[in-house]
Amino acid sequence: MPSTPKSPTLIVGRCVGLTVCRDCRTVCELGDGTAVRCSHCGVLTHPRIPRSLEKASAYLAAAAILYVPANVLPVMHTRSLLSDQDDTILSGVVYLARSGSWPLAALVFVASILVPLLKILAIGLLIWMSARASSRHRLARARLYRLVDFIGRWSLLDIYAVMMLVALVQMGSVATVQPGSGALAFGTVVVLTLLAAESFDPRLIWDGVDNAHG
Amino acid sequence: MDEPSQGRVPAASVIGRRLPSVIWLVPALAAAVGLWLVVHAWLQQGTEIKIRFTSAGGVEAGKTKIRYKEVDIGMVQAIAISDDRKGVLISAQLSKQASDLLEADSKFFIVRPRIAGGTVSGLSTLFSGPYIAIEPGAAHEMSESFVGLETPPVVTNDVPGHEFVLHGEDKGSLDFGSPIYYRRVEVGHVTRLALEPNGQGVEVGIFVNAPYDRFVTANSRFWHASGVDLSLDANGLNVSTQSLVSIVEGGIAFQDLSDVSPALNPAPAGSSFTLYSSRAQALQPPDSHRERYVMYFPESLRGLQIGAPVDFRGIVIGEVKSLGVEYEQGGSLLRFPVAIDVYPDRLRSHSANARFPEVSEAQSRSILSQLIVHGLRGQLRSGNLLTGQLYIAMDFFPDAPKASVDWAKAPPVVPTRPSGLTEIHDALGRIARKIDRLPLEQLSAQLSEALASLDQTLKETRKLVNHVDADVAPQATRTLTAAEHTLKAAESVLAEDAPLQQDLQRALRAAAESARSLATLADYLERHPESLIRGKAEDPR
Repeated sequence: MPSTPKSPTLIVGRCVGLTVCRDCRTVCELGDGTAVRCSHCGVLTHPRIPRSLEKASAYLAAAAILYVPANVLPVMHTRSLLSDQDDTILSGVVYLARSGSWPLAALVFVASILVPLLKILAIGLLIWMSARASSRHRLARARLYRLVDFIGRWSLLDIYAVMMLVALVQMGSVATVQPGSGALAFGTVVVLTLLAAESFDPRLIWDGVDNAHG
Repeated sequence: MDEPSQGRVPAASVIGRRLPSVIWLVPALAAAVGLWLVVHAWLQQGTEIKIRFTSAGGVEAGKTKIRYKEVDIGMVQAIAISDDRKGVLISAQLSKQASDLLEADSKFFIVRPRIAGGTVSGLSTLFSGPYIAIEPGAAHEMSESFVGLETPPVVTNDVPGHEFVLHGEDKGSLDFGSPIYYRRVEVGHVTRLALEPNGQGVEVGIFVNAPYDRFVTANSRFWHASGVDLSLDANGLNVSTQSLVSIVEGGIAFQDLSDVSPALNPAPAGSSFTLYSSRAQALQPPDSHRERYVMYFPESLRGLQIGAPVDFRGIVIGEVKSLGVEYEQGGSLLRFPVAIDVYPDRLRSHSANARFPEVSEAQSRSILSQLIVHGLRGQLRSGNLLTGQLYIAMDFFPDAPKASVDWAKAPPVVPTRPSGLTEIHDALGRIARKIDRLPLEQLSAQLSEALASLDQTLKETRKLVNHVDADVAPQATRTLTAAEHTLKAAESVLAEDAPLQQDLQRALRAAAESARSLATLADYLERHPESLIRGKAEDPR
């Protein structure tokens, strides 16, 4: 792929009536249908993920909506002898920053607030440009997609940390940690962004290259 | 989507606009959940209230809770200093369910750890920090701004019972929450302590819990039950306390004045009572009627205190009200009037048949005049030898000089009599004066004369004795020697072996023989009287 932008012509499978099986990567004859069964393994294979942009934008919209409660509602409810308090993600960041743990505060802020937000924006940008069949910055968009896809697998770290705390800190009346409704929303946001990224077919970025060219 | 390519005409045709994909249900669901959360939060949103305190003491914005019956109903949002800079304004967000607690007379107070005598409260706030508690009021109007209480109310509104007001001389050791005892059972608390508006005494608000509040009647007497009451009387040492708690933190006890009287109706809430300083004082029979008299004592009033009893043959019938100084005759004479209050009812209550006649003022005056004619006098007596406390005793002195009461004076003056000690003192004085009056110098001159003549007499006596010694004694010696000779001669005559003695014995023996012969003769003659005539008959043998 590194040489593709320089290549004057881009031969896409679909253009020549071929597609690759989703599972076994066998090259299949597409014919004139929109879906074929792989001649090798028999799985239903589409040349592009059907209704990719629609699905991705639906997941993205849901994620964007739930992003608000995820940040406003408390993620964690800590009850101890000394205190009884609800923490949102942002209040946790503020607490860490105030107590002097600047690196940790920055990490939590980036991982839990900035990254989901940027992910939503990035996927939104990708969907929007693909829907417009824009030919601009295709390589940058492809790299952006790879970045989003890579980061996605780490996004549930916060939820993982909260669940660990909930499971471990159960000391009766001394201290208990309970997940707040924000944690649920946050987890849903992460899952929805993952689904959105998954639904988005990166090949759409490159669709129309041949059109633009020829 | 299916764009024509390579010039081929697509076989398929667009049938119509398809319905949006099912996938859009996901954002719809998310939107619904989000909306629900918003609506839920909006519905939960209660009213925001402002509470004014003099200081925020430990209250923190975003941390301190508002609680009702230990349930969180809100959170302090902000703390600001009031515009007049005399207090703090605490803004708090209350939950929806708490909004009907915000009656205009609801009370807010900060709960902190409190250790007061018998109770420890708010201990949990040692760790969790203080919280603001609400005690709902009873008013129908709602309010959103309140003035917080500085001290927590001891009794909450939902506890059944009645509040009463006591008026006392001083607060003693009472404090908020000090217990109220009825027959040593704790039945309530002190809820309020304040000075009377005029500063003359204290006003104590008490709350008596429900089953017991009916024991508070118009006849009830309240007294300070603080500390230990030690009394030493004819029955021995008497220690009286209510409970250990009341020793430490004070308390109030109450009891009906007379247990035998039929129970009265419970006093209405808010009734006022007098708070006495001791049980004895509280349970005194009511002194409805009192008479003031003045007494002038001819002696020092040291040891006589205001409040000292006036005792009539052992029955306390009144007390000393004041001690004063009076000028008379333009300041040339000082008198010390002792004003006393006498409660004639006390005599009545002590009378055995309880039928002591109710008398009019004129009658009581005539009775008193009569008593004084019979010798009733006031006298200072020592009530306590250790402390020298005096009391006024009313007693009869039939030999007292005549006196009477001048009823025209107000208050009337009751005649007095010097006390026993003063009388002894006076008698000693009289004796001393008499001794003083004796003509001691004259007496001593006469005595020395007498002694001189006695000396003379003795000298003459000695001369006489010397004379006797020189003249009479030798003659006497001689006489005695002669007497001794005589006695010796007599002794030699009377001795056993003296010839005279032997002759005498012999003569006596002959006389005895003669007598025996005579007796034989007489005997013979008695048996043989005829022998006198015939002569002695021959012995037959």
